[in-house]
Amino acid sequence: METLPTKASDHESVAPTPQKKRERGVWKTLVQQKYLYLMSLPFIIWLFVFNYLPVWGWTMAFQNYKPAKSFGEQKWVGLENFIDLFQDERFYLVLRNTLAMSVMGIIAGFVVPIAFAIFLNELRGKFFKRTVQTVSYLPHFVSWVVVGGIVTKMLSIEGGIVNELLLWLGVINEPIQFMAKGEWFWGIVTGADVWKETGWNAIIYLAAIAGIDKEMYEAARVDGAGRFRQMWSITLPSIRTTISVLLIMSIGHLIGIGFEKQFQLQNSLVTDYSEVLDLYALNYGIGISRFSYGTAISIFTSVISIFLLLTANGVMKKLTKESIM
Amino acid sequence: MSDKAFNATKSDKVFDTVNVIIMLLIMVVTLYPFLNVLAISLNDSQDTVRGGIYLWPRELTWENYATIFSYTGLLQGLKITILRTISGTLLGLLSASMLAYVLSRPDFKSRKMFSLILALTMYFSGGLVPTYMLMRHLDLIGTFWIYILPGLVSAFNVFVIRSFIDNLPYALQESAKLDGANDFTIFYRVILPLCKPVLATISLFLAVGQWNAWFDTYLYNGNKPHLTTLQFELMKVLQSTNQGAKMVNANDMANQMAQVSPESIKMAITIVVTIPILFIYPFLQRYFISGMTLGAVKA
Repeated sequence: METLPTKASDHESVAPTPQKKRERGVWKTLVQQKYLYLMSLPFIIWLFVFNYLPVWGWTMAFQNYKPAKSFGEQKWVGLENFIDLFQDERFYLVLRNTLAMSVMGIIAGFVVPIAFAIFLNELRGKFFKRTVQTVSYLPHFVSWVVVGGIVTKMLSIEGGIVNELLLWLGVINEPIQFMAKGEWFWGIVTGADVWKETGWNAIIYLAAIAGIDKEMYEAARVDGAGRFRQMWSITLPSIRTTISVLLIMSIGHLIGIGFEKQFQLQNSLVTDYSEVLDLYALNYGIGISRFSYGTAISIFTSVISIFLLLTANGVMKKLTKESIM
Repeated sequence: MSDKAFNATKSDKVFDTVNVIIMLLIMVVTLYPFLNVLAISLNDSQDTVRGGIYLWPRELTWENYATIFSYTGLLQGLKITILRTISGTLLGLLSASMLAYVLSRPDFKSRKMFSLILALTMYFSGGLVPTYMLMRHLDLIGTFWIYILPGLVSAFNVFVIRSFIDNLPYALQESAKLDGANDFTIFYRVILPLCKPVLATISLFLAVGQWNAWFDTYLYNGNKPHLTTLQFELMKVLQSTNQGAKMVNANDMANQMAQVSPESIKMAITIVVTIPILFIYPFLQRYFISGMTLGAVKA
């Protein structure tokens, strides 16, 4: 900040050529801000290595990559890997699974936390409210390994609480093998996600709700608005910005939904429903060492993600004037 | 809404009652699985097979915990997990806070460019296979550092800390500068102490992330027993009945976990893996709520 005036006066007295002036300016800044560069440059270099260098690895998708050979010795195959990918029937199955689970995840992951936040906000007892909230975060801090184990246990046919409850209520006559039926898998993943993340995802909405002017509710009440009316006409519109920003971000992750939950909940009986793009890349690319093919899958995922993010951002910008970029 | 000057009508009372019941149900659904797992882990493993254990153990015993703590894989996993949690958290904190401070300085010449380089990493990634190949080239596979290095700098964490620093009065830094402090001293002596609340949040995120990580162990160090982690050990035990589960290195797993672990043993390990986190998080609650909110605004 205060470097600017000194620099100017300095240069005036010496009056060098403009070129020299700029060089000296750059050098001087570097020296003056040497600590700032020392504190940041190593991490920027680190970012290049661990975040940007993998993008260079995308070249593998256009080669018949063999780990033993150097870059110059690799055989280039053009788009062959992508053609293989688009001709593999499994790919479309995997893409279907990915899209199905991410769409279900986005819908449930928005509706449930927002509803939870709004209803939690309506609680009158402060202590009770805080207790519910604290309890609701709990599963967020537990790993997917643990959640996978818990969900499997709760849904098991040997004493799983879900089956026992359904039997007791007379909804079913014999236990359902939830984990062994492919058609249940998407629902189980979505349900597990809701169980794990609802409380956590509600934090942001609760913060947004806390910022709403209390007088609006007073006024609405005077006008005879009931509780549902207040939630619908005051609370929900007031957190619209928060909702749309988060929505754009999650659409960007539509096909890069990750694979942790699918990995921990899957078993060999349900792979036709559980395999998502990242698991497909993992099984082919690393599992059986088809590195080039796996990279092609990764590229597909990354490119579509960015495309979706930009599209969602553009659409939102038009509709609501919210944008994240 | 807990305003006192409010006359509850009849429909309001019905609403409130139903709302409280729903919230109680949510608490039960959230807590029951944990209590059930705890009860089974404290029940005699032979007896557990009979089923019917809900909230209390039928035949109380510590035997399952004694058994799992005699298993060397779990002890090694505990050691590595504690090591990676401590070192990963400290290094992550140091890198994120330094970078955040530098990027918060309005006079820093490369601020725009560095911010962009950082922000872009939130929106794209090279993908699973290219990252794996990079780790191979860097010879990080089969080392402890693969747990620390790839996730060292997180854009999200940097932006959370930066928006916290942005809210501190700039005059503090200027007066320190007038006293002759260099930029590092300002960061270390002025900024860091003021950042304690946000650093608590970030520590929680980092520590939980490290404690819960399993995929890096599975992918990179699955055949290195001395680098095993708690989550990975739990995963192997949980899947020991689940033979069909698709595994990249299925052979190693099958050899190590030839016998099927009884239910109570599985649940005891689940508790060991879960307990430390459950004890920490309620105390850090007020920090992470503000951290999440800051992050959402900026990121």
